[in-house]
Amino acid sequence: MFHRESGVFKTSYAADMALYPLPIAKWAVAAFAGLFIVIAPLTLGEYYISILNLILIACVGALGLNILVGYTGQISIGHGAFMSVGAYTAANLVTQLHAPFWITIPAGGLMAALIGAIVGIPSLRIKGIYLAIATLAAQLIIEWTINHVPAISGGVQASIQVPRPSLFGMQLRTQTQLYLFLMGFVVLAIVGTSNLVRSRIGRAFIAIRDQDIAAEIIGINIFRYKLWAFAISSFYAGVTGVLYTYYLGIANYEQFQLTVSIDYLAMVIIGGLGSILGSILGAIFVTLLPILTRWFLEDFGWLFFSQGDLLNAIPNLRLIMFGGLIIFFLVVEPEGLNRLWRNIRNYFRVWPFSY
Amino acid sequence: MPEFEWQFTLVLLTNGIMIGLMYALIALGFVLIYKATDAINFAQGEFVMFAGFLAAVAAEMAGMPFWLSSLVAIAGMVALGFGLERVVLRPLIGRPVIAVVMATIGLAAVLRGTAVMAFGAGTRAIVMPVSDEPFQLGPVMLPPVQLVGAGVSLVFLALFTWFFLKSRTGIAMRAVADSQQVAMAMGINVRRYFALAWAMAGIVSALGGVVWGTMLGVDNQLALVGLKVFPVVILGGLDSVMGAVIGGLIVGIVENFAAGYLDPYVGGGTKDFAPYVLMILVLMIRPEGMFGRRRIERV
Repeated sequence: MFHRESGVFKTSYAADMALYPLPIAKWAVAAFAGLFIVIAPLTLGEYYISILNLILIACVGALGLNILVGYTGQISIGHGAFMSVGAYTAANLVTQLHAPFWITIPAGGLMAALIGAIVGIPSLRIKGIYLAIATLAAQLIIEWTINHVPAISGGVQASIQVPRPSLFGMQLRTQTQLYLFLMGFVVLAIVGTSNLVRSRIGRAFIAIRDQDIAAEIIGINIFRYKLWAFAISSFYAGVTGVLYTYYLGIANYEQFQLTVSIDYLAMVIIGGLGSILGSILGAIFVTLLPILTRWFLEDFGWLFFSQGDLLNAIPNLRLIMFGGLIIFFLVVEPEGLNRLWRNIRNYFRVWPFSY
Repeated sequence: MPEFEWQFTLVLLTNGIMIGLMYALIALGFVLIYKATDAINFAQGEFVMFAGFLAAVAAEMAGMPFWLSSLVAIAGMVALGFGLERVVLRPLIGRPVIAVVMATIGLAAVLRGTAVMAFGAGTRAIVMPVSDEPFQLGPVMLPPVQLVGAGVSLVFLALFTWFFLKSRTGIAMRAVADSQQVAMAMGINVRRYFALAWAMAGIVSALGGVVWGTMLGVDNQLALVGLKVFPVVILGGLDSVMGAVIGGLIVGIVENFAAGYLDPYVGGGTKDFAPYVLMILVLMIRPEGMFGRRRIERV
C-alpha cells in the first residue's frame, strides 16, 4: 500500500501474481493491522468504535458487491435484499435452534448465495440495463416476500430480536468486543477477495467484464462464471446482513431496503470499481458521509437554518450530497477514490525527482 | 352471483385501463430518453415529483390558475431537462451502462432532497378545475381526474407516435438513436437532439406530475410512481412508444386484478408486487419486450 517501487522487475508470472509485490508491502499491511486491531480498540471510546463497526460491516458488503460489479461487470440493485435474506436466515436459526454464530453466518451467506444465484440466472440472456432492472425487481420481490410471509419474518412488524453472538462462552456485550469480532470477518473478506481475483475464477470474471463474447470464444463458460459471481457476491452480502443483524440486535427488513442497495453501489463507485482498496475506501466514505454531515450541521447548521428547519435539513442535505457525490465521481473521476490514491502514490513514487 | 362478479371485473378492468394510460404517460418520458440517447433514466419518478411540486407551488404561492401553473411546471421541467443533459449526462456519453444508471440514481437522490428542502415535506394539492363528481358509466364510476389523465396520455402518445414517424426532428432523433456516428456523418447535430430529447422528457414528466399530483397529492412519495415505469417499459420494449401504451395498459390491468382477486388471500400489497413478477417473466422469455428492437451484439 505504501511501498514505492522504481520500476517493474518481475520475471515470472508467480511474482506478478504475488499477494505482496514487495517485502515492504507485508510490513505496511502488518503495521495497518496493528493500528486497527490493537491500538484503535484500546484508545477510542465506545461511540467511535460503534462507527468503526458500521464501517467494518459495510466493508464486507462493498467487497462482495465489487466482485460482482467491479470485477465481473454485472449490475445488481438487489444487494440490500440479499443482505436481508442472510439476516432473516440467521435470525430464524438463532431464535428457533439457538445456533451459534459459526453456524448462522455461513448459513446466512449460503442462503443469500442461493437466492443470488437464482436472481443471476437471467444474466445469461440479459445484461446492462435489463439486468439492472431485473435485480431491482428481485429487490422489491424479496422485500415483499419477507414482509408478507410470517414464517420468515416472525410476524409482528417483520422484525426478530437477535442476541449478540457468544465467543468462547462469553457474550459480546461492548462495542469494542464486537469490533474485534467484526474485524476477523473483514480480514477474512479482504484476504478472500484478493485471493479470489487473482485465481482462475477471478481472471475469468475480469475477462467477462472486459468483453463477454470474447471471453466465451476463448473458452470461458460465461453462464457458470456469471452465476459464480452472483453467488459469491451474494454470499458476502448475506454475511453482511448477518453481521449487521448482530450489530443491531434485531433483524428488520426496513434496514435492507432499496436505499441500502444504492448505498452499496455508491460505495463501489465512489471507492473505485474493481479494486479492493477502493471498496474499503468507499465503505468508509459512504458510511461516514451522513455522520459527518450531521456533526457539521449540529455545530454550524445554525448559520444557515433556523432550529426547526435544521432537523428537516439533515436527511435531505445528506441525500443531496450523496447524489451529488455519485455524479461528481462519475463525471470527474470515474475510477474513484482508489484512482485518487494511486495518483498521489505515483506522484510521490519518484518524488522529489519528478522529471 | 355471477352478475355481481361481472360488474366487479368490469370495474377492475376500467380502473386498470385508466391507471395504465397514466402509467404510459410517465413511461413515455423514459422511452423518449432511451430511444434518442440510449440512456436510462432511473430518476423518472423524481422528475414527475419535481414537476408536481413546481405546479403545486406555482398555484399556491402565486395564485395562478391551473393551466398557468401547469405551464410553469412544463417550462421548469424543460429547463431542468436541458440543464441536466448538459451537466450530468453529456460527459457520460460512451461510458458503460452502469455509469449512466448510477448517475441517474444519484440524480434521483439530489432531486428528492432538493424538492423537500425547497418546497417542504408536507403534502400539497393540485386542484384541477373539474368536478369531483364521479362519472357514472353503467356499474363503473370514473373520477374525472382519471379521465383527464387518460385523455392527456392518449393525446400525447398519438402526438409522439406521429412525431417519430413523420416529423423531420423525430426522424433525425431516430437516426441518432440508431447510430450516432452515421447520424453525425449525415450532418445531424447529435448533441442538439440529445438535449432536445431530455427537454421533451421534461414536458412529458411535467404533465405526468400534474396529473398524478392531482390524483395522489404532491409530496416526496409521488416519486414512487417512477418504480412502476420499469415493468411498463420492459413489457412494451424500451424503445417503443406503442410499447409504453400497451405495457402501461397491461401493468394497470394486472395490478388492479391482482389487488382485486389476490389481496384477500395474501393480506394486501399484491398491487406493487404482481407487475414485477410479470416483468421478470418477460425478461426471461423475451428481454426486448413486445415491441422493442432486438439488438445484435458484435465483438
